[in-house]
Amino acid sequence: MSRSARSIPLLILLVLIAGLAWRLVKPADTAVPSQLVNRDVPAFSLPAAVPSKPGLSSKDLSTGEPRLLNIFASWCVPCIGEAEVLGELRHNGVRVDAIAVRDRPGAIAAFLARNGDPYERIGSDPQSNVQISLGSSGVPETFVVDGQGVIRHQYIGPLTSANVPGVIAQLKALR
Amino acid sequence: MRWMLILLGALALQPALADSHLPPAYWANRQLPDARQEAEAQTLMGELRCLVCQGQSIADSDAELAGDMRDLVRRRIAAGEKPGAIRAWLVQRYGTWISYKPTDEPAAWPLWLAPLGLLLVGAWLIRSRIQLKGKG
Repeated sequence: MSRSARSIPLLILLVLIAGLAWRLVKPADTAVPSQLVNRDVPAFSLPAAVPSKPGLSSKDLSTGEPRLLNIFASWCVPCIGEAEVLGELRHNGVRVDAIAVRDRPGAIAAFLARNGDPYERIGSDPQSNVQISLGSSGVPETFVVDGQGVIRHQYIGPLTSANVPGVIAQLKALR
Repeated sequence: MRWMLILLGALALQPALADSHLPPAYWANRQLPDARQEAEAQTLMGELRCLVCQGQSIADSDAELAGDMRDLVRRRIAAGEKPGAIRAWLVQRYGTWISYKPTDEPAAWPLWLAPLGLLLVGAWLIRSRIQLKGKG
C-alpha cells in the first residue's frame, strides 16, 4: 500500500473529529418551523378557554386587521415572562388572540390574574389538535396573521421586550 | 440526609412544571379494537418523529405532544383515512422533518446511492488485493 493510501484512515478520523467539534461549539437549531407561513390559517373552531372571554375560530383571524395568535398554557414557564411583553404590545394597539393548549379554565384564569391578560379571545385546545394543525411544536409560539387570515410569520419561543418594536413594525406594514 | 431529601424533592418538581394539567388523550396509550387498523397505526407512528424528544418516534416518546399525535393518528385511521394521507397532512405542516421514511427527493439521493457506491468501493478493494496476491 502506498504512503498516501495509508494516511486515509487518519484523514477520515480528522474529518470526523472536526465535524464533532464544530457541532459541539455550534449546536444545530432544534426549532421546527411551521410550513404554513404565507398560507391560510387552517379552518378551526375552539370553545372558550375561560368563561369571561369568547372562544376562537379561524374566522376571527380574518377580520381585515392584522393580529397576533399566541399559543400558550398556564403550565408553561416561559409564558409567564412573555405575558408582560404581550401586555406591552397590547398597550401599543396590537390585537392578540390566543390558543390555550392542554389547560383548565381555573388554571388559565389564575395565570391571567397573576401575569396580566393581553388577550381578546382565547380558544381551548385540550388535545393539541389545533396546535398540530398549525404546525406549531410547543409553547409559547406566536403567529403573525394578516387581515385576510394568512399567516405571515412565526415566532418560536417566548417574545421578549427586544421583539416589541419589530412586531409593531411588522403589523403596521401588514395594515 | 435532609439535603438528599431536598434534592430528591427538586427532582420531582421539574416534571410538574413541564407537564400540563390534563390527562393523556383517549387514544394516546390505547390500542384500536381492530387489529389491522392498530397495526397500520403502529407502523405509521413508528415513522413519525416526535417534535419534543427529537430523535424518538411518536410511538416511543413519552412527551404529551407525542401522545396527542398518537391520538390523532389512531382517530384518523379508525375513521378510514390512509396512513399515507395522514403522513402527507403532517408533512404539509412540519415539512419532511416530521417523517422518518426517506423520500425520493433530490436531497435524499445520496442516501439511496450510498450502498451502490460502497459496493463499488468494496469491489475495487477486493480486485486490487487479488491482483497483489497474483503478482506475489
